[in-house]
This record gives sequence, C-alpha cells and structure tokens, in this order.
Amino acid sequence: MGDLNNLTIAEARDRMRAGDVSAVELTEACLSEIDKADALGAFVHKTPEIARDRAAAADARIKAGDAPSMCGIPIGIKDLFCTKGVPSQAGSAILNGFLPEYESTVSQQLADAGAVMLGKLNMDEFAMGSSNETSTYGNAVNPWRRGNDDTALTPGGSSGGSASAVAADLCLGATGTDTGGSIRQPAAFTGIVGLKPTYGRCSRWGVVAFASSLDQAGPMAKTVRDAAIMMQAMAGHDPKDSTSADLAVPDFEAALTGDIRGKKIGIPKEYRMDGMPEEIEALWADGTAMMRDAGAEIVDISLPHTKYALPAYYVVAPAEASSNLARYDGVRYGHRAKLAAGDGIDQMYEKTRAEGFGPEVQRRVMIGTYVLSAGFYDAYYNRARRVRALIKKDFEDVFATGIDAILTPATPSAAFGLGEMADADPVQMYLNDVFTVTVNLAGLPGISVPAGMDKQGLPLGLQLIGRPWEEADLLNSAYALERAAGFVSKPGKWW
Amino acid sequence: MSIDIDTARRVAHLARIAVDESDLPALAGELSHILTFMEQLNEVDVDGVEPMTSVTPMRLKRRADVVTDGDMQDKILSNAPDAREGFFAVPKVVE
Repeated sequence: MGDLNNLTIAEARDRMRAGDVSAVELTEACLSEIDKADALGAFVHKTPEIARDRAAAADARIKAGDAPSMCGIPIGIKDLFCTKGVPSQAGSAILNGFLPEYESTVSQQLADAGAVMLGKLNMDEFAMGSSNETSTYGNAVNPWRRGNDDTALTPGGSSGGSASAVAADLCLGATGTDTGGSIRQPAAFTGIVGLKPTYGRCSRWGVVAFASSLDQAGPMAKTVRDAAIMMQAMAGHDPKDSTSADLAVPDFEAALTGDIRGKKIGIPKEYRMDGMPEEIEALWADGTAMMRDAGAEIVDISLPHTKYALPAYYVVAPAEASSNLARYDGVRYGHRAKLAAGDGIDQMYEKTRAEGFGPEVQRRVMIGTYVLSAGFYDAYYNRARRVRALIKKDFEDVFATGIDAILTPATPSAAFGLGEMADADPVQMYLNDVFTVTVNLAGLPGISVPAGMDKQGLPLGLQLIGRPWEEADLLNSAYALERAAGFVSKPGKWW
Repeated sequence: MSIDIDTARRVAHLARIAVDESDLPALAGELSHILTFMEQLNEVDVDGVEPMTSVTPMRLKRRADVVTDGDMQDKILSNAPDAREGFFAVPKVVE
C-alpha cells in the first residue's frame, strides 16, 4: 500500500470509493507519520482514538455508497477551533486545560461529511503572529529547508501547524483561519494551497475569536482541487453565526474546468513594493505570463489605498482583539493566577492575564485598549474604519470595470529562519501580511497557490483575489495557475 | 504620538494586565513605535467617508425572542477554575 498519507484528498476519495483503500488504512498511515514527526511541532494534541472511530464509521458509510467527498479523509484541525472534549487552547497558556463542551460549526460540518480528525494543530497564540513563534506549545517547523542548510525555518503563521502538517503529508488537509493572511502566508511558505473565503462564507461559531470582522476559516490542502473539496464541507449558513451568509454554496469542485479564456486578471501596480526581492518580482511576472498564455486578458489596475492597509489593520484588529479577549478573566475557563493574601478581583484579572497571555498578545490587547480609549477612539479607531471603507472601495471600483480576479505575490519573501526576526521590532513582522491583509479588510476571497521556488530551494506562492462570493470562479482561476505553474516539489524528509 | 510611562501604566490597567514598574519604559517604547506606524493613516483624506461597520452589506437576521437552549449548568461550569454550589467563585468583590 505504502505512503497512503501522500495521497491528495481527491485521489484518496477515488481510491476509497473504488474499494482499493480503506479509511482505516489511510488513517493508520497518517497516525504513524504523525508519531514520527514530533520534530515539526505541528500536531499539539493527537486524537488517535477519535480518528480510528471516525475512520471505521467512514468505511461503513463508503460501503453503503452514499459518502460525500470528505468521507474517510484524515485531516488536522487548527487549535483555534473548539472541538468537544479535546483541548482547544488557541495556542495560549490562558486556555490550559480547557475542554470545550461543544464543537465548532466548521469542524462539526467536516465530521458530518465523514472527515477523520487526527488531532489539533499548532498556531500562533490567538492567531496573532506570522511565524508560529508566539505559540504556548513552542514553534511549529517548516518541513522545507534551504538546500542542505539545516537551519529550522518558520512554516509561517498563524496557521503554521496546519501548513507544516499538510506540506509534510501528515494529513491530507487541514483547517486554517485567516485574519490578516494566516492561511495564505503559511501556505505560500510551505508550498501548499490555502483559501481564505469571503467573509461570511464559513461560520465563525466555536472558533476562538481574534478580530471578528476579519476572521474567516478556510481549507489548507495539497492542491486546488483538494481545497475546493474541503471548502464544500466547511462552507454554509449557520444560524448560530449572525454574520454567516444565507447563500447557496455552489459546487466548488465542479467549477474546476481550467478554462480561463477571456477572464480579466488585474495586476495592481501598488503591490510592486520598494525593496521587493527580485525572485518575487520574477515569480509574479511568470504567473502573469502563465495566466495570459492560458487565455486570460491581463489588465494593469490601481488599488490606491493599498499602502494604508497594514496600519489600518493594526488598529482595527487589535481593537477587536482587546474586546474579544476580555473574556479571559480567570473566572469561567482556563488559567487563574494564584492570588496573594488580600488580593481582590482586579488583582485576579491582572495577574491571570499577565501570566496567561504571551508578549505579542499582551502588546496587541494594550494597543487595542489604547486606540479604543476615550480621546483616541476617533483619531485612531474611527479613522482606521474610514480608511478600511476606502480600501474596500478600491476593490469595488476595480471589479466594476469587469476584473474577474487580481494576481499578486502572496508574501514579500520565502520562509525565514525561526528566531531570525527575534530582534526585529513588531512592525517588521507585521510586514509579512502586506499582500494579504487588504483582502481581509475588504472581506474578499483570496487563495495562495504554490508557483515556484527561490534560489535556496524554498517554495514561493502567488495570490489570486476574487470577487465576493465567487470562490468557485476564483478556485478555477487558481486551478489554471496551478496547472500552468506545475509545482510538484516536496520537501526532503529530515524529520 | 508618543506614549509616556504614565500612559503605559494606565493602558495596562485598562487592559487588566499586570506589568512590573521596571517593564513600563520598554512597553511605552514599543507602543509608541506601533502607534507611529499607524500615524500614516493621517495622510489619507477621509472627509465624508463613513466608518465601516460591516464588511458585507447585510441585514442581520432576526429570530423570535425565545429561549432556544439552556439547562446545562454542569457543562457551563465544567471548565471553571473555581466553581461552588452551582456558581462561578471569585475573590471577595464587596467588603
């Protein structure tokens, strides 16, 4: 049988339906790989019993002949999703010991579709970070290395464990979440596909909240087709999330014709940043040529407020986070600090949060508190929300001219070394999101597709941005790009 | 906008995060640096632009104002660091 864990979701589905492979065999292959891959720091809570139970149930369902595409597919779940009876800590010490009494809608929908949960995946604390270095579990590590150099590289963040696990074939797909680029940047750093759907396409219920107006769940997978299949199971209206859209979910896989003739692909001039590495420039130019060769019309476009997206994001997201994270008070769940004699409730809050939150989370909660405080609310928060409206309008104006999708680099560099940014100031780290954050601010769908390698042998990704609710069309454009780019490299196994 | 030590202390207290006095100067410096980065927003002409409240134009759904769930005290308390007699327990709040 050998190496069943290397299959794509589509291949595994077809082979299970043909009776050639069972979900139990597939699951055992992944569980065994996971146990050998602790050096990657990807799986932080393993759930082999749940996996084996679900795999057996999936085999029965496949045998009965009415199984959906995700039935029997072994996946990992980002630690941000609450999973019933399984630790769900959002990568934070403040949720040590938290065992949810409920299941997030997205992970429930995947379970209902027959997917097999292998465990929970590492991530930056509360999804705040671009390198998975803020996690209470320690770093997740990129399976890719620079040639023969054994420097440990970041898988990106915040969905770093998801990216590492999928790239290393520990699972066939994984859930991620994306607030400013947390699906697309790690996907680009690890040579996989990551889709952030339109805001409202997936329910946020049961997903630990970071910035509620920006957070979206999405699939991270080995191919565009796999992302489409997984997206199908994750998407849909949920009465428990009032911002989830009551719209029909199209058949995403059926949209993958690869035919993009006549599609208008926009190339935004503002994404040509000063100091952008030549390799990223070249990759972008190559991707543009591939889309043109596939029959798309390439159009130069302008998104004039692009440069203000990052500062607007770093007002809006911390503001929402400071409010969302107020719930971690040591009363209802998670960590409570040991109190000294005479300590009152304020000391309990302050000590609990100082012990439970890591430095980056504390920093963002305090920035958020500041920009929302009396006297600064208008100058920072309201101004940022106005700029956000202008950023969204930039996209609306471009789409109104008939642009179908926008092609940009996914990240300003390839994966960097763990610890390499330790001495950089926080703003340097924030620049990782420069190409992705606009998409969250505008609520649009965006997908990162592996499209090439740098000189050191590391994968690089391109991003396609679509019209709201048109993930199907976006996936098809991504499929055409994927086929043209022909990225098939895998990291050499060292773990 | 530069944040001084007093402001840093006040923000930390508003955020209910204990910060040692000796850590306040570094915190003030970091916060100032991030706020300086945000000040680019002052270059943008936002006259007449409404602050965005919802990223997708949608009318929030309504439902009947009735109880749809409940009677699960055990589940709600199951993760509490300190729960007694069916309640969350906290240090004394009122003297």
